[in-house]
Order: sequence, then structure tokens, then C-alpha cells
Amino acid sequence: MKNAIDVRSIVKKFGDFTAVNGISFAVEEGEIFGLLGPNGAGKSTLIRMLVTLLPPTAGTALVGGFDIIKQADDVRRTIGVIPQAMTSDLELSVEENLLIYSKLYGVPREKRQRLIPELLEAVELLQWRDKPVKNLSGGMRRRVEIARGLVHEPRVFFLDEPTTGLDPVSRTAVWEMLQRIKTQRDLTILITTHYMDEADKLCDRIAIVDHGKLVALDSPFTLKASIPGKNVLEASFSNPPVGWEATLSQLPYVDGVTAQGNVFRISSSNGPGTTLALMEAASNANVTVHSLSVQSTTLDDVFVHYTGRALRDSLQEASAMDSPFMLRRPGR
Amino acid sequence: MSRMWAIVERELRRFRRSPILIVVSMIFPLCQLVILGYAFGGNVKHLRLAVVDQDHGLPAVKIRELAQAASSGARTVDLIDYADEGQAVHDLRNGRVNGVLTIPPEFSRRMLAKNDPKVALIEDNTDNVVANALAGNLSSMLIAYNEPPTAARVPAKATLDVVEVYPYVPYIQYLLPGIVVMSIFMMVMIGGGIIFIDDKARGLHEGYLVTPITKFELIAGFNVSGTLKAVLAGLTIAIIGSLIAGVPNPLDPLRILRLFIVIIFTAFALISMMFLIMVRVSDPLLPRAIFGVLNTVLYFPSGAVYPRQGFPAWMQAIATVDPFSYAVHAFKSLLLKNTGMEAITTDLLYLLAFSVVAMTAATSLFRRTL
Repeated sequence: MKNAIDVRSIVKKFGDFTAVNGISFAVEEGEIFGLLGPNGAGKSTLIRMLVTLLPPTAGTALVGGFDIIKQADDVRRTIGVIPQAMTSDLELSVEENLLIYSKLYGVPREKRQRLIPELLEAVELLQWRDKPVKNLSGGMRRRVEIARGLVHEPRVFFLDEPTTGLDPVSRTAVWEMLQRIKTQRDLTILITTHYMDEADKLCDRIAIVDHGKLVALDSPFTLKASIPGKNVLEASFSNPPVGWEATLSQLPYVDGVTAQGNVFRISSSNGPGTTLALMEAASNANVTVHSLSVQSTTLDDVFVHYTGRALRDSLQEASAMDSPFMLRRPGR
Repeated sequence: MSRMWAIVERELRRFRRSPILIVVSMIFPLCQLVILGYAFGGNVKHLRLAVVDQDHGLPAVKIRELAQAASSGARTVDLIDYADEGQAVHDLRNGRVNGVLTIPPEFSRRMLAKNDPKVALIEDNTDNVVANALAGNLSSMLIAYNEPPTAARVPAKATLDVVEVYPYVPYIQYLLPGIVVMSIFMMVMIGGGIIFIDDKARGLHEGYLVTPITKFELIAGFNVSGTLKAVLAGLTIAIIGSLIAGVPNPLDPLRILRLFIVIIFTAFALISMMFLIMVRVSDPLLPRAIFGVLNTVLYFPSGAVYPRQGFPAWMQAIATVDPFSYAVHAFKSLLLKNTGMEAITTDLLYLLAFSVVAMTAATSLFRRTL
């Protein structure tokens, strides 16, 4: 199978800060490829380079077979892009937004007259075609953007956090829509998201990016299988004695333990077996178990394994390099 | 170039949905035309002149009669008799009168003896316009006073005959050309390159920067759409302003056609200049902050409100490169003199050259990436 995207040792520096540090990967045609990572990890910078919005400092990439540096215009004709910021004109109607962009892409009149209603139908906005975008909800606006990004029938579709800020219902609707559109059209999709559960369900392969580097890349199933433990136990205790973490590590089937205050995350190859042993150990040590949950391994666990921190914690740390427009304090 | 027209279409569709913007952009120049035109254009009248006659002789009576005649005719001055010069000067200092005409006690005797007779005007020189009007009025009065009772049939002195080529131009008409340029500039500020900066601030530009549009198509699109908006404003103000200012034959089709051409050239030159100034700006507050500075630097040296010949050298230098100057000159030719194209060819050529240079520079400085 041919590669729709081929990233080759790409680097982006802002001053002395390296936002993307020599990342390489390839996306096959027809794949839904997820880029995961916290704010400041470098995934938006990476996507901006791939869509020709930012020039790389070193390395390059081929998108649709075209070099992003030497053949930028060919790349632009090949791709559809939904940037992180809302880029539709709020004053214009849904249909006008699609019309203007189809003209910007040079879509012939007959083709756009066919495509625009088709796309509006696909994103379920046909009845709202005459309404100004400013009158639509956040989820509907995102659907306008998706239709607009497809108005020239791109081969590769880039979506930078398309569900951020949407309520759960709208998020589900957007993902279902993307899956449906992907099956109807010959599309390769590269998507960035914070939502691991969604990426788990919908992406064929996932790359985890942290501190500008690629730390893991594989299918969600393989990634989950690659880390120790089939289950994760999360337990909290009252007054755990000194060395309690070591005690837990000795329990049967345990692969590893991490502690945050009184909360312990235990990787286990046999959740029920470890649970029984844990309850017994707590009883023997006269330690009260406050809460206990047993989960299957998730991409969150994969992320913790590969980056050493939880994604939800990382999300709170907005990096100064998250956007090239953000101000940097001297010395940081 | 179809992509350029897509940008133009986008801008005009957005513009059509903001009618209030169109109205607001035209109100300011019209207010300026009416307020400044009538504030500065009128003759000064009803200045209160205190007359202190300390002589009471026949020549003094004649002076007072001439002053009275001026008061009744042009009504430049209203006479108020004072017996005490001290009181009159006191009232002058307190703003109750605008000047004091003193006829000293020896005036009649000196007049008859032809021994340097003088009357005095004590004026409030903090207000130059009033002071000059009073001095001018009283000087004319004294010239009339000094005329011999019977004039020679053929004057022996050289005199100047003034022939006016055009009908009298009131100040409001003199202001109109500058106001038309101002209205174009207002629309350029509101609807030109500033829209790209707003798009940048809102992140909208990422949407069209990922399309295959070229730098030139993008800049030309913004400039052409801005020009169309500015032409709408300029033509409206030129016609409404002509009607308000009383320009003869304001709806003459040939003149409107010529005005239309100058408005297009002016609008394109100004919008190209603005895009060049703003090409690397990202902060949407900056264009608004510098609007006042730009307006002052471009508008006042252009000769729109005062003849360029009265400027110091450095201001003349600004006026020489200022596109406002050429636009104002062209509009003056058309609105005040109703000339043909010959009189404005140089102006149009300069505006065209200015547009080409500004747009070329903007295109080379424009960043196609973030």
C-alpha cells in the first residue's frame, strides 16, 4: 500500500526551543491516523508543517506524494484542513462558506453545484444551508468546517483537535460523521485529539507525541498489549504504612505500582487475582481500603507508560510553545 | 485569478451584511464637511467695537460716520460709544468688546494742520482672526476717509484689476475635495488590509492559507474588495458633498465619470499603501491606534485645508510623496474648476505608480506561512 503521508526526520524550532524534534512516520492511504499528546507536545506544530502553514527547520515530509517544502502548492491542492481555530466566516451562511472555499480551490462550477449539497447532506446541515454560521451551535459549526474542508475532494484530510470544546453528544456525532465520510470517499485522515477513548475506537493507528518526539506508534490494540499488565487497579487507602508501595509490588500478578499520595495504580496481568490478594494484604496490615476500581488497559495507561505522566495532568500545563503566537518569558 | 475574485466575493458578501459600517464610515466625513465648512468659511460679523471719541471735532465726526456706515452695511462691527478710554480697555480685557477705536483729543487739529493725524485701534491679539478682521475693516475705512472729495477722471496711480476665472468658492467647497479623499481613507481603514489583520487575530487566515491561493491573488483580492468599498463611499460623498456645498452642476454626467475615475485610482492607491503598512502587523489594535496619526500625517499636508505653498520645507516634502496631495489636487480640479482629464493626468499617473510600488512591496513582504 502507498503512503499518503511520509514524514522524514522533521524538526521545528522556535528560537532555542525545539517544538518538534526529528519525528518520522508514515501514514498509509485510507488510514485514520491519530496523533495524541498533551498541549505543547508538538502535535499542532507538526500538523501545521504538514499542511504548509509552517516551514520546517529541518527534515521534510511528503503529503500525497508531494514535498511540503518544494511542492507546497501541490500539497495544498491535495489536502483538506480543519485547523484548531474555527476558520469559517461567521457572517456568511453555511452554503456561502462552502461556495467561497470551493472557488478558492478552483473547483469548476458544475462540480461545486453537485458537491456542496452532497456534503451538506453528509454533515446533516442541508436544512441549515442558508443560515449564518454565527447562528449555529459549536457542534454544527464544526460540521460546517468538515464539509468545507472536503469541498475540493481532497485525498488527505487533516483535522487538528476537531472535537475540542464540544459536548459529548456533538463529539460522538462528529466522529460518526468522519467515519461515514471516510467510508464514502477515498480519504486518508490524520487527526489530533486529546480524547484517548475516541482515538481508541476510531483510529487505525496512533502515534503518541511528547516533548516534540514520537514516543510510540502502532494500532491501539498493539499499543495496549505492549505495556505490562492487562488490568489497572486504582486503589486509595487511609494511612498506608511506610513501604506500602513495596508491599503492593509483591502481590501476585503485579507488574508495577505508581503512587500519587494515597492513590496507588497497580498494573496487573490478572485483575481479579490481584484484587483478592490486595484486600487480604490490607486486612492483615490493618489498612482501610477507601476505594478500589479495576479497569482494562486504556490508551491513558499506554500514555502513562510511555511518557511517565497522565495525559489529564499534562493537559493542564499549557506550554509557551504551544503556539508560535504566544509570548515567551525571557530565560524560559 | 479566479481565486482573487473568491476573496473579493467573500469580502463583499460580508460587507453587504454590515450596512451600519457603510453608514458610519460616511457620517464622519460629512460631519467634517458641514461643521468645518461652515465654521471656517463664513465672514466675521458683529464684532463689538468700542468707540472713544476724545476729540468731537468735524473730522472725528466723519470717522464715526464712516464706522457707522460699515456697521450698518457689512455688519462686520457693532459700535458701542464709550466716554472713558480706561473703561473701554477694561471691557476689552474682559471680553465685553472685541476692540477699542480711540480718536485722540488732538485728532481734528492735527488733521486740519496735516500734522500726522492718527486714530488708534486697541485690539485683543489673542484672536488673530478677529484682530485681523477689525484691522482690515478700519484700514479700509481710513482709505475711504483719505480719498479726495472729487476723484481725478483718469487715476494717476497704478491700480490692480482682479479678474476671477471661476465663480466665488466658499470654504465649504474648498474643503470638499479633501473630504472626498477622507471618506475613501475612512473606508480603506475599515474595509481594507485591516480585515486581514482581524482574520489573523481570529485565526480565520489559517483557513485560506492552506488553499492554493498565491500571495499576489490574496493581496489583490483584499485590495480590489477594499477599493470597491472605498469607491462606493467616495462616490457617495462626492455627490452628496457637492449638493451640500453648492457645487455648480453637481450631477453633470461627464464630471461624475471623471470623478469616478479619480476615486478608483485614489482608493486603489490608499488601500495598497495601507496593506503595505500593515503587511507584517498581527495585533488588531495597532491599525486602530495609528489611524489618527496616519490621518494627520496624510490629510493636513495634502493641501486639503490650507494651501501647500504656506508649509515649511519638511511638510512640503511629505506633501510631495503623499498620495492624498495628488488625489486632493485632482478632486479640486474636477469639483472646483470642472476641468477635463488633461488637468489631472499627472495626478492619476502618480497614484497609479504609487499603487504599483506599494502592492509590489507588500507582495514581497507578505508571509505565506504563519
